Amino acid sequence: MAMHADDIIAMIKEALPDAIVELVDLAGDGDHYKAIITSPSFAGLSRIAQHQKVYGALKGKMGGELHALALETKAE
Amino acid sequence: MTDTVNDQIKNTVTSNDIVLYMKGTPTFPQCGFSSTVVQIFDYLGAKYASVNVLDDSEVRQGIKDFNNWPTVPQVFVKGEFIGGCDIMREMFETGELKTLLVEKNILAS
Repeated sequence: MAMHADDIIAMIKEALPDAIVELVDLAGDGDHYKAIITSPSFAGLSRIAQHQKVYGALKGKMGGELHALALETKAE
Repeated sequence: MTDTVNDQIKNTVTSNDIVLYMKGTPTFPQCGFSSTVVQIFDYLGAKYASVNVLDDSEVRQGIKDFNNWPTVPQVFVKGEFIGGCDIMREMFETGELKTLLVEKNILAS
């Protein structure tokens, strides 16, 4: 069920090449992460749209293989 | 998603000022993220309707499709999807959530 931190970062970067991704393993179990993502491509988007972009990058793994990924997104 | 579930969700979110789709109930949340949102609304003193997605697998999947949003909790204000736990927390911390609820005449200022 769990995902490796490197895989999560790689998937986000593949979809958002300009993103700076910081990932924190909240519980140390490889299943509860927090991602702080900064990407110019978020500019002008609502928070909902920004988060949807990240969920899109994770191609359906969110809510499945990946139980918990707290998100903090910013444009700069 | 069947039309019935879609209609059911639409009906629920438009007939209540605030609707929280969550895992568990406000008294016994079964997920930390759902619990956080419950605490935020309780702190603000805002009344909300809650739907336990663990009670109904069709609603559990349906709510994810409804908003193209893969996780629970999900919050609606006056029929509009506002966000999940992270967005609620951010809006609470910045004061935006209270402002929104006051603007929508749900909370007194």
